[in-house]
Amino acid sequence: MKAFTKSWGPALALLIFAIGLSFLMPFNLAFLTRILIMVILVLSLDLVLGYAGLATLGQAAMYGAGAYSAGLFAIHVWADPVAGLLVGAIAGAVLAFVSGLVLMRTHGLTLIMLTIAVAAICHEIANKARDLTGGADGLRGIRMDPVLGLFAFDFVGKTGFWYALAAVSIVFVFLALLTRAPFGLSLRGIHESPDRMAAIGVSVYWRRVTAYTVGGAIAGIAGALAAQVTQIVSLESFSFTLSAEALIMLILGGTGRLYGPVLGTFIFMFVHHWAAANDPFNWLFVIGAMVLAVVFFLPKGIISAPKVLTRLGKGGRHAGS
Amino acid sequence: MQGLEVRGLTKRFGGLTVADDIDFNLKPGDRKALIGPNGAGKSTFSNLVTGILAPTAGTIRFDGSDIGPMNEAQRVRLGIAKTFQITTLFQEMTVRENLRLPILERQGRGYQLFRRADATAETEAEIKDLLDQFDLGALADRTVSDLAYGQQRLVELALTLALKPRVLILDEPAAGVPTSESHLIVDAIEELPKDLGVLIIEHDMDIVFRLAKQIIVLVQGRILIEGSPDQIATNAEVRELYLGAGHD
Repeated sequence: MKAFTKSWGPALALLIFAIGLSFLMPFNLAFLTRILIMVILVLSLDLVLGYAGLATLGQAAMYGAGAYSAGLFAIHVWADPVAGLLVGAIAGAVLAFVSGLVLMRTHGLTLIMLTIAVAAICHEIANKARDLTGGADGLRGIRMDPVLGLFAFDFVGKTGFWYALAAVSIVFVFLALLTRAPFGLSLRGIHESPDRMAAIGVSVYWRRVTAYTVGGAIAGIAGALAAQVTQIVSLESFSFTLSAEALIMLILGGTGRLYGPVLGTFIFMFVHHWAAANDPFNWLFVIGAMVLAVVFFLPKGIISAPKVLTRLGKGGRHAGS
Repeated sequence: MQGLEVRGLTKRFGGLTVADDIDFNLKPGDRKALIGPNGAGKSTFSNLVTGILAPTAGTIRFDGSDIGPMNEAQRVRLGIAKTFQITTLFQEMTVRENLRLPILERQGRGYQLFRRADATAETEAEIKDLLDQFDLGALADRTVSDLAYGQQRLVELALTLALKPRVLILDEPAAGVPTSESHLIVDAIEELPKDLGVLIIEHDMDIVFRLAKQIIVLVQGRILIEGSPDQIATNAEVRELYLGAGHD
């Protein structure tokens, strides 16, 4: 029981926090839902970049693939939300696997450039294939059936919120199990020393492809969720901005652990929301200042703040390093 | 033949021949050392055998079957393991995790998703045995980057042994370790399983003469002589090479 509380206590606290927020901000459920969707995307990035150490600035490619495929699936095939999530996950995984076969042969800057290129290609395909995707107007006409046949999507976004919260919880538990399992340990291994991993008999390339594919599936779920809840898919879902923002949220929160991305996403989205409401023209300044502060004072992310503060309290030097 | 069998191994980089028609055997239980001046091609030889480099010519057999087409990881799974000249470990993991990873991979559990990595009693017992064997128990839950270099060397040895290799190549196992600590490494190597074939690449002659039963001298990619420590110690050519009698 004690071990269970230690393992899952913080996750339950987060869940209660999210539920609490939904009661505190009953007219902002759409905003909260958007945060939850971003949490999934940032978690997927954390798996790929934080755990496996694969430098990417193109996670939006898989997010967009999930969004468009789930949208098209709902319009043309079946409007069931859960089936749509699966389709999104598969689309994200397939794109990540196919592009990963090439990308995972590269490292560092080359890899970053290629991930950007893949997202840009997807963006252009969605833009050009107007008949299918609606091009720059976006994919419209998504009408979802009730979740599990029971909960119809409503105008206030109540169903959307609970649906997204359920999806986040499942993804979080999945990743919590994965990162503690042998596979998760091996991802940390290829991050820290690919040479050593090869020397203990691991095909680093295939391990990287697998990590990228699993990350792609999760990003696909995030995209599918966005398509279903907002009932529209725009070209923005393939945008570089989305990939970059997800990366900033991850770095803000702290990479290589699961609570970091959750925290980083919440803080980024709230600061963004608040700053943009107060000053629609200069809100980016606030975000920039916040990122600078975190990178300088908490290089391991906001999640490391308590540790750093206790060390400061004890008068320790070099806190945060 | 059991063990490693190298015939006519040659590696050229453009006009430069770094391995020149090398014949070499390593049977279970062998303790051989590879010595030679800097640039003699010792590390190249190790990289050719472990599959990091592809040879220009020659064959490498293991237990009688040709392993030429296999990559590094496949050769490791067959039982050919090595330690690095510069310690190569998972620096941000604990000693225990460093040992857990190779065991899990050896068990073929690298892709396992829904079971805690530390939840198998058998694996944890094996880790404990390795920790005891190398006297690392007190450091088990320390992060590797916090350890002294000599201790990291021991962890690397333990990690490599966790693969249960049948042939072990030690690339300068005591390099960078202060002389006061190098006996720890030498002791640990002496304690290695008797049926393991060991090749030590080393500069330090004290270590070579203590550990090796057979010594191979490599000069400019070519085997100058192979023999027992006594033969090598009394060989005129080797003495000239190492004592630099008269030449630059």
